[in-house]
Amino acid sequence: MCLAIPAEVTKLLPDEMAIVSIDGVSKEISVALIENLVVGDYVIIHVGYALTKIDPEEARRTLELLRELSVEGQGVAP
Amino acid sequence: MKYADEFRDKEIALGLARTIRAETDPARPYRFMEFCGGHTHAISRYGLEDMLPKNVRMIHGPGCPVCVLPAGRIDMAIRLAERAEIILCVYGDLMRVPGSQGASLLKAKARGADVRMVYSTIDAIRIAEENPEREIVFFAIGFETTTPPTAVMIRLAEKKQLSNFSVFCNHVLTPPAMQNILESPDIRNIGRVEIDGFVGPAHVSTIIGTAPYEFFAEEFGKPVVISGFEPLDMMQAILMLVRQVNEGRHEVENQYSRAVTRDGNLRAKEEVSDIFELRDQFEWRGLGQVPYSGLKLKRTYATYDAEVRFGMNELRVDDNPACECGAILRGVKKPVDCKLFGTVCTPETPMGSCMVSSEGACAAHWTYGRFRDHQQRRAS
Ligand code: SF4
Repeated sequence: MCLAIPAEVTKLLPDEMAIVSIDGVSKEISVALIENLVVGDYVIIHVGYALTKIDPEEARRTLELLRELSVEGQGVAP
Repeated sequence: MKYADEFRDKEIALGLARTIRAETDPARPYRFMEFCGGHTHAISRYGLEDMLPKNVRMIHGPGCPVCVLPAGRIDMAIRLAERAEIILCVYGDLMRVPGSQGASLLKAKARGADVRMVYSTIDAIRIAEENPEREIVFFAIGFETTTPPTAVMIRLAEKKQLSNFSVFCNHVLTPPAMQNILESPDIRNIGRVEIDGFVGPAHVSTIIGTAPYEFFAEEFGKPVVISGFEPLDMMQAILMLVRQVNEGRHEVENQYSRAVTRDGNLRAKEEVSDIFELRDQFEWRGLGQVPYSGLKLKRTYATYDAEVRFGMNELRVDDNPACECGAILRGVKKPVDCKLFGTVCTPETPMGSCMVSSEGACAAHWTYGRFRDHQQRRAS
């Protein structure tokens, strides 16, 4: 039940609710725990709540680092 | 899925595996505990252990909220659900968790108890609004990730002046449990686990941040790397742990920087501290009583506290003696060490809680790992 997934905010609703899209599937969730949310933000959702925003810049940096780290061990037998 | 698929790339994963192999010292063991059930699930699902050198071992920890809930608390919930005026709202995972003598909420429901599965605490509020003549109790469980949604729900109930609504609170905290694993004297009865580092929780940390682990890394001299749930996240976190071990460091590092900060989600933390306070102790399946590891509603919110409202008595029951969940949750045994695994105990007929949730070590091994065992046996 801890599984949580990234989703894109597509519409803000009254009462701290919002519509998110998960691979094209729409779902209504609570955004009561998130400040300054705008349409287009990605959030991590868990039991019907957004827990946190995803920082796109940090995500990009992590991917870059992953690529670098993955070639550092080259030449070693798998 | 954006922010998921990119972190599942097979080529990069194989590259990371090579780098890990290149940097590990074959002469020493690297034993890392992943605390979180989500990580246990990911390790099994993506077969990560097969990519790691033999001396890098992953030990599954107790971080599955369903698995650590003691049978007595399930019995308490069943007693509540059996009262005619009550509708008990639960997360679906809880339905099959065994209480004493094979009892479960699913069986109670079959006998006529009004137990309803909800996806979100918002659903429980709706049920309370739609049924003003009934008493609605929400069976709240989970770590720091599920606690803020419970807090928001109580705030909403107050705002809507719902007088037929309460919460049976079973929320628990991650850092005290990690500490307990390393220092509990009674752990010696089943043999202490040697751990060289921790893969720290992903989503728990989005809420509490990385700061609470700092004391822990310092005090116990163990590295902690907070990691996301995707396979590349985990491979990177393992590499970061290997590097810390090699360099004799024990720091808190954050692999999951796209979602986790040092301070966490301030708003969520505030919601929680407004409504909950620490219990002196709380029982965990597998760990026993852990001091200051559970939450209850503050006295000012006593009307929403089902334990107060319905005068619930604490029930203690012993687990099925053949079930090894206790040792498995502490990382001392593996699912296959249990005589009941896969014979008497399967996800359809779970004997212990580790077989119930998809994040439980037994269920994860049943779903993904046993085929691997089979292949390895055929290969050897
Ligand atoms: S296989 Fe079943 S009985 Fe054995 S430890 Fe796991 S949950 Fe308990």
